[in-house]
Amino acid sequence: MSSHDKLVLAGILSLGLLAPPALAFDFGRPATPQEIKLWDIDVSPDGKGLPDGSGTAVQGKQIFADNCAACHGDNGQGGIKDRLAGGQGTLASNMPVKTVGSFWPYATTLFDYIHRAMPYPTPGSLSTDETYAVTAYILSLNGIVPADGKIDKESLPKIKMPNRDGFIPEPEFDPAKLFRNK
Amino acid sequence: MTSRTPTELSPRPANVSRRGFVGGLSAGILGAAATEAAAAETLADVPDRGPGADLSAHSERSRFAKLDRIPEATPGKRNVDPGDAINSKTPHQKLVGNITPTDLHYERSHSGVPDIDPAQHRLLIHGMVSKPLVFSVEDLKQMPSVTRVVFIECTGNGWENWKKADPDITVQNTHGLVSTNEWTGVPLKFLIDLVAKDKGSSWMLAEGGDGAGVDRSIPLTDEIVNEAFVAYGQNGEPLRPAHGFPMRLVMPGFEGNLNIKWLRRLKFGNAPWMTRWETARYTQLLANGKARQFQLRMETNSVITQPSGMMQIQPGYNRISGLAWSGHGKIAKVEISTDGAKTWKPAQLSQPVLSKAQVRFQMDWVWDGKPTKIVSRSTDEKGNVQPDRQSFIAAMGTNALFHYNAQQTWSIDEAGRVRNVLA
Repeated sequence: MSSHDKLVLAGILSLGLLAPPALAFDFGRPATPQEIKLWDIDVSPDGKGLPDGSGTAVQGKQIFADNCAACHGDNGQGGIKDRLAGGQGTLASNMPVKTVGSFWPYATTLFDYIHRAMPYPTPGSLSTDETYAVTAYILSLNGIVPADGKIDKESLPKIKMPNRDGFIPEPEFDPAKLFRNK
Repeated sequence: MTSRTPTELSPRPANVSRRGFVGGLSAGILGAAATEAAAAETLADVPDRGPGADLSAHSERSRFAKLDRIPEATPGKRNVDPGDAINSKTPHQKLVGNITPTDLHYERSHSGVPDIDPAQHRLLIHGMVSKPLVFSVEDLKQMPSVTRVVFIECTGNGWENWKKADPDITVQNTHGLVSTNEWTGVPLKFLIDLVAKDKGSSWMLAEGGDGAGVDRSIPLTDEIVNEAFVAYGQNGEPLRPAHGFPMRLVMPGFEGNLNIKWLRRLKFGNAPWMTRWETARYTQLLANGKARQFQLRMETNSVITQPSGMMQIQPGYNRISGLAWSGHGKIAKVEISTDGAKTWKPAQLSQPVLSKAQVRFQMDWVWDGKPTKIVSRSTDEKGNVQPDRQSFIAAMGTNALFHYNAQQTWSIDEAGRVRNVLA
C-alpha cells in the first residue's frame, strides 16, 4: 500500500464510510512462484502435480525392503501397519481386507501418499524416482502392473485401479453434482 | 450406603484374564467402601481450616480429582503402550457441563504431535487465486477474529460398538473421541477475500505441517465458506500442540479429520484431490462392498455419561446426565428411556444450546432395583433423529467403521452394575 493509499484510507476510516474495513489493509506477503513450488506437492487423479521421473517395480522391490517392509511386511502383508496387497473380492464379506489393490480408487493417491508421508520416520526422504519405483512395486504386488513394469507421470494416471468404481458419493457432497448450478 | 453418586468400578488392567478381572472387580468395590469409611460422617469429622498453598503461575487440579484421557489403539486394543496408541480419549464419565477442559479434549494424530516454533511457521494460500499469499501467525492475530464454541468429533468415534459390545468398557472407551471447546481465529471467508479466490474454484485442499502432511479436500459450500475458520486460540489461550498449535482449520459440524491441525497450506482448485484420507481411509464400507465417500458431516448423536459403563448405582433416586450434539445445527431435544427404549421422557438441556456444539442433558430417575436398560435419543433442529442401532446397522452394515451414531444402550443388572450392550 502506498503512502497516498494509506492517506486516502485514513480519510475514509475517519469518515466511517468503509463498509468492509479489514479488506483495505494489507496482510501477509506475496508468495513467489519458487517457494510455492517447494510446498505444492499434491497430486490429482488426472496426474496434475506429478513430477518428472520414473521407476520400475524391480527397483522398487529393494527400496521397499530397505524402507517399508519393517512396518508393512516383506510383500506388503503381515506387518504391524496397514496391509498393502491382497484382499480383492473381500469387501462384501464379514472380514473385508482393505488394501491398495482391493480398495484404493486412484493410483495417483498412492504416489502422493508415499511422497508426503512415507517412510513414517523420515517422510520426504525418498527421491522422485524412488517414489515412482515403490509405487510400481506396491502396484505389482497387487497384480496391477507387471513385475517388470515401469511408471512415470504419463502412465500412472492411466492405471485403472480394481476398486475404481467402488465408491458412492454422499449426495450432499457429490463432487459431480455439488456445484453444478453455480 | 447413603451415597447417591454411582461408584466407579476399576477398569480391567492390561493383560488380565476374565477370571482375573472378577478379582479386580471385588477389589474395586472394597476400595470404594474403604474410601467411604474415611468420609466425614458428621460435621465434626470435616478437617479444620488453615492456610493453604502459595499462589502459583498456573492452577493445577485438586489432587483428589483424577481426570485423565486414555491413549488407545484400534477398536478393542486398549491399555496399549502410548507409543502404539493412535488416539487419546476424553473421560466424559467424569466431566460436567458443556465444555471439555482443554487438556482433556480428545487427541488424534497420524504422525505424532509436531513441536512447531510459531515464529517459523507459515500458512501458504495459493492455487486458483489472484494473489497467492504467505501469512505468519502474527498476521492472523492482526485480522478480525471470530470466537465460537464447536464440537470436534473423530469420524471413528463409537467404533467400539460396530460389530459387538465389550461389556467391560466405559463411555470414555465408546464415545471418548468427541469434545467441545471454544475456538478463536480468522474466518475462512476473510482469507478467501484477501487472496482473491477465483470464482470458478469450488474445492479447497487443506494440508497440515505434521509428518504425515495430512490433507483433505473441502467443498466450498456456502455453509462451509461462512462457518469455517483458521483458529489460533482454544478456550482463551493459544492452541495446545496436540490440537494444532500454532494454527488449525475449524470446520463446525464436520469430520474431525477435516479440521486440519498444524495448518500450513490452503490450495484452491475445482475438484477434489482424492487424497488417501478421503479415499482409502475415511470412507464407509457398506454391506454390498461399495463405500460411501465424502460423508463429511457428523450426525445427530447423544450418549448417557452418568451412569455409564463400569459404574454401579443404588436403588432409589439417580440423576441421569449425558451429552448430545449434531453436525446439522442445534440440538432441539433429547429423550431418555429407562425401560430399554419402550417409553421415552424428555430430558432438560443445559443452556446455552449452541449450533454444532455439545450440550449436556439431564433427568431425575428413581430406580426400582430391577434389571433394565437406559438409552438416550437426540433430535436436532433440522428434525434429524438419532437412529436406534437396529435401523442404523440395517442401513450401514457392520463394516463402515466411521460415522457411528446409533443410540447407546447401557444395561443395569440387579446389583446396579452398568454395562455396555448393543441394545
